[in-house]
Amino acid sequence: MQAKASFDPKALLRDTLLAGLLALVVFGPVVGVVLQGYDFTLRFDRVAWMVLAVMVGRFALSLYQQSPAGARRQQRGEGADSGIAVLPPGYRSHLRWIVPLVLLVGLALPFFANKYVLTVVILGLIYVLLGLGLNIVVGLAGLLDLGYVAFYAIGAYGLALGYAYLDLGFWTVLPLAALAAAVAGALLGFPVLRMHGDYLAIVTLGFGEIIRLILNNWLEVTGGPNGMSVPAPTFFGLEFARRAKDGGTPYHEFFGVPYDANMKFIFIYLVLLAVVTLVLYVKHRLTRMPVGRAWEALREDEIACRAMGLNHVLVKLSAFMLGASTAGLAGVFFATYQGFVNPSSFTFFESALILAIVVLGGMGSTLGVVLAAFVLTVAPELLRTFADYRVLLFGILMVLMMIWRPRGLIRVHRVGISPRPGRLHEEAVR
Amino acid sequence: MSTPLLEFRDVDVFYGPIQALNKVSLHIGEGETVSLIGANGAGKSTLLMSIFGQPRAASGQIFYQGQDITHRSSHYVAANGIAQSPEGRRVFPDMSVEENLLMGTIAVGAEHATEDMQRMFELFPRLKERRNQRAMTMSGGEQQMLAIARALMSRPKLLLLDEPSLGLAPIVVRQIFHTLRELAQEGMTLFLVEQNAHHALKLSDRAYVMVTGQIRMTGSGAELLADPQVREAYLGGH
Repeated sequence: MQAKASFDPKALLRDTLLAGLLALVVFGPVVGVVLQGYDFTLRFDRVAWMVLAVMVGRFALSLYQQSPAGARRQQRGEGADSGIAVLPPGYRSHLRWIVPLVLLVGLALPFFANKYVLTVVILGLIYVLLGLGLNIVVGLAGLLDLGYVAFYAIGAYGLALGYAYLDLGFWTVLPLAALAAAVAGALLGFPVLRMHGDYLAIVTLGFGEIIRLILNNWLEVTGGPNGMSVPAPTFFGLEFARRAKDGGTPYHEFFGVPYDANMKFIFIYLVLLAVVTLVLYVKHRLTRMPVGRAWEALREDEIACRAMGLNHVLVKLSAFMLGASTAGLAGVFFATYQGFVNPSSFTFFESALILAIVVLGGMGSTLGVVLAAFVLTVAPELLRTFADYRVLLFGILMVLMMIWRPRGLIRVHRVGISPRPGRLHEEAVR
Repeated sequence: MSTPLLEFRDVDVFYGPIQALNKVSLHIGEGETVSLIGANGAGKSTLLMSIFGQPRAASGQIFYQGQDITHRSSHYVAANGIAQSPEGRRVFPDMSVEENLLMGTIAVGAEHATEDMQRMFELFPRLKERRNQRAMTMSGGEQQMLAIARALMSRPKLLLLDEPSLGLAPIVVRQIFHTLRELAQEGMTLFLVEQNAHHALKLSDRAYVMVTGQIRMTGSGAELLADPQVREAYLGGH
């Protein structure tokens, strides 16, 4: 594809009219018909304004795309070289300076932040965990999972049910929930081993809904839509409440310090930060191990994998299980942070949001997922004044992405892998 | 003759109700170069994939080194010395040449990866020039070389090649067959599935002709090259 910047008035007109027509179809019934009690009035003027705005926008966009600058931009977005960039092996990313810095800032945050900021950041980190987990399944292994929220729910309800029936605390449930979610991941993984693309998406979507419906309808056990209460974490048996509940000791009495209601969130934040760091590290190592390469190979060409004798059962199941267990961890944190769970937190919209994080961040890009998770959870907080337009902004963002960055915000740069540099190898490199 | 390296005994393969292979029997001796020629849809690729159990033989048996592998998993087969360069090359587009080669060791472990990779770079110098380039950005011929090299990375005893000449320029096809001849001379056992009968028969010690799922003819490469029927059907009649 050559960078052609010729001016084409015909295409310009066609694009504009087409956009106008589409706007008419979409906005016509939505904006043009105004209900008033049991009657309605037709408001053609509003439709006309909407359509005009869309046509002007499309005209400007097309004009820009036909200009030399626009054509160049288009090229850069989706040239023949788009996709994953493989850096030479041995390349050392600048991230190795930035990561410790970010960690330090992260550790220092509780000393500056108020409770509001802290809760927003906790939510952001929970979505980072979810994004990282789904990134294994969708971004690396290429298995489209639309019911990912099920594993999140399993983690969250794991803590609630474990507390209510087995008297388990946060620390016991944390590993157990990861395990339970992994088992659920395997249960989902087995029947869908032979499925691809759309079919896989439909089955996983169904799985997500089944879990939510069970939680919603099994009133005797889960409390149904009323939800369940969830305990706060403890610090070596010390509680973060003003008054201890079950004969425990609150931390401020033990240490003789004044009570601080934020302490619970600071503690959750620090534990969560540690878990996120750990998951990031494990994921980073995994992508360099044979299993990580096998996931990527499976995404790129399943038939080639089979021809090479890759055990695709193991590879797919491991992707599902690891992805699920990460969501299980996220669920436990979500539950303890809220102090309460109910099924309405685990709807399909949540799955879509997590998927949007992975797509927005760039399939397979760890950094992209971390950034996208914060953008999509923190941005709605900053944009509270525009709360009504949130979904609209979301849609516009997605459309722009698909035009210019179809492979995600962060282009995946992957350091190439080569065999351990032995004597022979160094000789070859010179 | 001693036990053949690979042997098919009356193998039937079905895709649903459609029979793709019908009582196929063939054998490949150690160190031999054997090719299987036939028209589109004759079942050649099915035969290759059935060695890996995908699809599985409905009846009959497949022996490898005298051992029945009919019901073995594909990774078992790959880990025990059979490698294949699949039809249409199927290199991993977003992986570099080196990473693609490393993928070839996944069934056997990367113990000898460094030295084997050097060997591949000697066999295909073009790959060395492109070692850190993504496979997607290479030409068809280079991708084919990569697919063959990737298969060789598992140190196979038997190399299966599915249409290595597919969609390549004649000069590149000649290069690739030249390399295959080198491999054969080093003692590698090759099983070649080809539509390009001329090149395949010239390279092979023996060959089988497959028509609609059945083996119709067999003989040495030279015999089949001279056979009027084969010439008519697969060599353009001249």
